[in-house]
Amino acid sequence: MRKMWIIARKEWSEVFKNRMVLFTVAFMPLMLTALPLIILSQIRSSGDMGGMSLADLPSGFSQMCAGLTGGECAQYYFVSSFMLLFMILPLAIPATIASYSIVGEKTTRTLEPLLATPITTLELLAGKAVGAAIPAILATWGSFLVFAGGAMLMSISRSVVGRLLDPLWLMAVFVVGPLLAVAAVSVAVMVSSRVTDPRVAEQLSVLVILPLIGLFAGNMTGLIIINDTLILWMTGVMVVVDAILFSFAVRLFRRESILTRWK
Amino acid sequence: MIITNELTKRFESTLAVDRLTLEVHDGEIFGFLGPNGAGKTTTLRMLSALIGPTSGKARVAGYELGAQDREIRRHVGILTETPGLYDRLSAERNLAFFAQLYEVEDVAGQVERYLRLLGLWERRGDEAGTFSKGMRQKLAIARAMLHEPQVLFLDEPTSGLDPEAAHLVRDFIADLKQEGRTIFLCTHNLDEADRLCDRIGVFNTRLLALDTPAALRRQLYGRASVFHLRQLLPSHADVVRGLGFVHSVQAVENKLVVTLDDPEAQNPAIVRALVEAGAEIQFVGELRRTLEDVYLRLVGNEGRKPSSS
Repeated sequence: MRKMWIIARKEWSEVFKNRMVLFTVAFMPLMLTALPLIILSQIRSSGDMGGMSLADLPSGFSQMCAGLTGGECAQYYFVSSFMLLFMILPLAIPATIASYSIVGEKTTRTLEPLLATPITTLELLAGKAVGAAIPAILATWGSFLVFAGGAMLMSISRSVVGRLLDPLWLMAVFVVGPLLAVAAVSVAVMVSSRVTDPRVAEQLSVLVILPLIGLFAGNMTGLIIINDTLILWMTGVMVVVDAILFSFAVRLFRRESILTRWK
Repeated sequence: MIITNELTKRFESTLAVDRLTLEVHDGEIFGFLGPNGAGKTTTLRMLSALIGPTSGKARVAGYELGAQDREIRRHVGILTETPGLYDRLSAERNLAFFAQLYEVEDVAGQVERYLRLLGLWERRGDEAGTFSKGMRQKLAIARAMLHEPQVLFLDEPTSGLDPEAAHLVRDFIADLKQEGRTIFLCTHNLDEADRLCDRIGVFNTRLLALDTPAALRRQLYGRASVFHLRQLLPSHADVVRGLGFVHSVQAVENKLVVTLDDPEAQNPAIVRALVEAGAEIQFVGELRRTLEDVYLRLVGNEGRKPSSS
């Protein structure tokens, strides 16, 4: 696994000099952190939530608001929807990095000398995966910590802060997030093994965030309630999905086909 | 050091390499010549264990192709047709990365050694993307050498280089031979192949010929002497034709081109015959066929006038 880290370090030296990648890694977390903080701030300053009751919110969600006033629950409801964005980051960022990382090697003709070394396909792809996933995970965790600090300042009460930072969301961000990052990288590797343009690879790979978008929409409409049970299920499912996707990605990476058919 | 036996590569319906059987000796510079699309790069990729053969066998650096591919890749170096450098990394970083992948013990030491050897040490901190074509090629050669491979595969090493850079690379290749390395050289530069290679193989999907450049010339064209006369008369040609050991005589302007087996032994008799016939001989030389003549004849394009020394 030493070579995996050699590859990953090389990726960090090189990929972040690509403006598109840098933009994605820097701008996306900033935006997705700012949104819930702005909402929190607006809710706090407007005071409109003060008159809301639990009956005004989806029933499934209001069940999670034991001990909160209607206004506090409403604030919690609106902001928790955006918490899902911290699960979109570990999907979108690695997809961008991995796409440029793999297809970019082919377009710049660096893949052949790389494959000529005694590196195995597993070491190569694991290195690419780590190179893409770790920056995304760190960006997500960093964004969440910024959000946590901002939430403490802007929430209307400490009760809301406590709910936003409860084990449910900590598990979602610090456990499920990295698992989602691995899935995103595996998908990006599979796509990159088949396409020849980094932008096409990126655009196809980013489709992996669609399930999370669906979850976001479902939560906003009250059809899906994000609770402990759902997060636990996601953790278990993602462990299995990651193992399957990564092994698929390694099998789909055909050295000979990539070397001889890509022009 | 490289032994192939009926090595074949087929891509769907296209036969790229047809039953290649050859042996490259230890410490030899072997030239692999052929037209575009002949399958040279495919052959090189198979022998360096980048792609697998469809059928046939090969041993490279003592390891079996197909069964010991990682060991082959550990013990060979390859200069690909395009340098394939990481443009956003410095020269030093490019080499350090590959040195680590090749499990070189003293990464910093080897990187410095080869950067200095190829005259790139002063530019070690500059991004490879800022390098000229010649410098990129030299950096790629350094990359192929870092792990001190026994066998080097060089695909068009002087392609696109200016004369000075090409000269430096050719000298470098010659020095590698002195170190005892085996070099498998794919090139379109026939003069370069003639100067550097111990033996050459002419290839166009299958191996057309394999021998030293001199032997190939003899096999295809025999040997011939050229007698430059002050004035060539028909009687002069007739006198030479009358000599029993002469195969053919061709009159070209004021020259007689005489095909024979052993110029060193037989030229004096021809000179005597011409002098007795009243010819004034200005000088005598051997007709030297170029490797280009050999190559073109082998791959099917004849009709070029020979050049003489």
